[in-house]
Amino acid sequence: MLAENICLMDVEAPRVARSARPGQFVIVRVDERGERVPLTICDYDTDGGTVTIVTQVVGASSARICALEEGEYIANFVGPLGRPSEFVYENIEQLRGKRIMFIAGGLGTAPVYPQVKWLAEQGVKADVIVGAKSKNLLIMQDEMRAVAGNLYVATDDGSEGFHGLVTQLFEKLVSEGKNYDVVVAIGPMIMMKFVCLTTAKYGIRTIVSLNSLMVDGTGMCGACRVTVGGRTYFTCVEGPEFDGHQVDFDEAMRRQAQYKTIESRKAKAEQEALEGHKCKVGLH
Amino acid sequence: MANKIPRTPVREQEPAVRATNFEEVCYGYNEQEARMEASRCLNCKNPRCVEACPVSLQIPRFISLINAGDLAGAAAAVAEDSSLPSVCGRVCPQENQCEGSCILGIKGEPVAIGKLERFIGDWGRNTGSLTVKCQPFNGHKIAIVGSGPASLACAADLAKAGYKVKIFEALHKAGGVLEYGIPEFRLPKAGVVAPEIENVKKLGVEIETDVVVGRTVTIDSLMDEEGYEAVFIGSGAGLPRFMNIPGENLNGVVSANEFLTRANLMHAYDEAYDTPIYTGDKVAVVGGGNVAMDAVRTAKRLGAEATIIYRRGEAELPARREEVHHAKEEGIEFRMLTNPVEVIGDDKGWVKALRCVRMELGEPDESGRRSPVEVPSSEFDIECDVVIMALGTSPNPLIATTTDGLETNRRGCIVADENGATSRPGIFAGGDTVTGAATVILAMGAGRKAAAAIDAYIKTK
Repeated sequence: MLAENICLMDVEAPRVARSARPGQFVIVRVDERGERVPLTICDYDTDGGTVTIVTQVVGASSARICALEEGEYIANFVGPLGRPSEFVYENIEQLRGKRIMFIAGGLGTAPVYPQVKWLAEQGVKADVIVGAKSKNLLIMQDEMRAVAGNLYVATDDGSEGFHGLVTQLFEKLVSEGKNYDVVVAIGPMIMMKFVCLTTAKYGIRTIVSLNSLMVDGTGMCGACRVTVGGRTYFTCVEGPEFDGHQVDFDEAMRRQAQYKTIESRKAKAEQEALEGHKCKVGLH
Repeated sequence: MANKIPRTPVREQEPAVRATNFEEVCYGYNEQEARMEASRCLNCKNPRCVEACPVSLQIPRFISLINAGDLAGAAAAVAEDSSLPSVCGRVCPQENQCEGSCILGIKGEPVAIGKLERFIGDWGRNTGSLTVKCQPFNGHKIAIVGSGPASLACAADLAKAGYKVKIFEALHKAGGVLEYGIPEFRLPKAGVVAPEIENVKKLGVEIETDVVVGRTVTIDSLMDEEGYEAVFIGSGAGLPRFMNIPGENLNGVVSANEFLTRANLMHAYDEAYDTPIYTGDKVAVVGGGNVAMDAVRTAKRLGAEATIIYRRGEAELPARREEVHHAKEEGIEFRMLTNPVEVIGDDKGWVKALRCVRMELGEPDESGRRSPVEVPSSEFDIECDVVIMALGTSPNPLIATTTDGLETNRRGCIVADENGATSRPGIFAGGDTVTGAATVILAMGAGRKAAAAIDAYIKTK
């Protein structure tokens, strides 16, 4: 457990570990009844054949993923999906000359980490802002500190680091004279939207990684449709990273909430079942 | 005369009952009915039905064996040419193929070849009497991409010829469109699809799921690092088309692929499964093919009022006649000569209506069908809360874009000759990924041809 309702696990998946690049994701189906849940690749060990994933409990399936004990099995684990981050294809020398800022919100810290780590391995030190509601929801601080240039922390309630939003912290850094050529923002849609509005003011190119709804994750269903620059894209195969200044965030947020009522009902039933199960153990 | 006997009717679930469940619509023939129907076959010297069958099933032969009561012999005769008779008997467009060219159809009704194929396929599977012999392992390994009908047919033939075959499937379950696309009420998964796939595995074919070729591995890594000497691409046409009309990204607009995948592969119609599905009260399905029929009948079974919206006339509907007939019996509304121009949303961004125009039929187009022409100022709204786009699919570009030198055409289909050979030696392709969305049986036919071509390629390498 990294924080309340957020868990991290290493999954043995040699094929995925061998092919994974920064920016990609996996789809996990925990068991026969489970949904196909897109999850972030947080780290991968090519030699050890493992992939590290981070899951937050939002529905019935993610609740069962987080309830897994060490040594248990996941029914299906497929990936890596999506396109790797664009800097993977860039000239390393040019990349070294770039000032890069990552802005991670909440669970977004997990997908930011392999990108910052990859850059560090190429000798590129990127700055990172990590934001969370509160101190107890901050994840992977030590790991991030080890690979980031400067690590800045913001919490909504001021319990750690800067008291305020990641966008406010970013503006503060810029006003103090920091300059960035590119910003990569990964986190809740609403955060990415406001980061983009902020960076647009300064004319800083901004990449976002969208966590749209998906079923198959291979371009088959179109649930992940998103409008970027007036054109429809499939996040799963043409993303997940897009030019943030071109993304229609209001549509993306509306589409993301499509199944909310059905899901929360099922999640509640699942939570009750899990709790009911725990109670029985206590009684015996 | 044999052809004086009328075509044997097939038993079906009552329309009013089946419109509320997902159990199979058609019960199929029992042995007595099958033998009665088999007795109608004239056993033509030059059987036009065989010619019209993409896998050249020996139709008069297996039918005469049923007629003679030799069911084991009939099942074996079918198995020589098809590894999926129970599937084909259920989903083939027989009226355009075998039955469409049956001599009896000229003056009366053709022999119910599809129902007989289904009967003998089911009989063979249920009695487990089938034993197909494979040649001993010849030392060659072949990789197959996708586990739909083209791949299964190709795999079965190669395994019989002594090859070690491994299928790589992107989803968590094998079967391709048989599993995610065609609904349970038309093609039972546990009862029919799974056992037919099991039969292919019994030939020694291995299936590895959760491998997305183009992401997890590439065609080149399979050939260079994993030692496969040839690859067959049978990855189908999975990319859904949309209309590119305003409002298409509103909440409640889904592709038929998404709707059917949620229902079929993910069992969203069953409360015990986590995957949600949204049907609303009124569903409009845009399209007139088999996928449109599957989607509209699934929506009906999930409790919605369901309507087909199609821009041409009823005679032009590309769906199997039986599916259209079944849909109508189940109370599906058909709005023909109607074409959507915009999806209208409410203030929260959910669908509330589909704006359409009326069409009339003009001159025949390149497909030979009369092309629909818009009637000026004929706009009107159809109230609905879900719109399902069933406009056809094209091949997923993932494989073509990750395989250097693999030629595709402007529709995104992999270019292959009639034997499945692509622009790269050792790489073969067949089925929907070459032709664009077509039928199960055409895909199987292409898979078989490619298997023969792969065998020839390996032997001359």
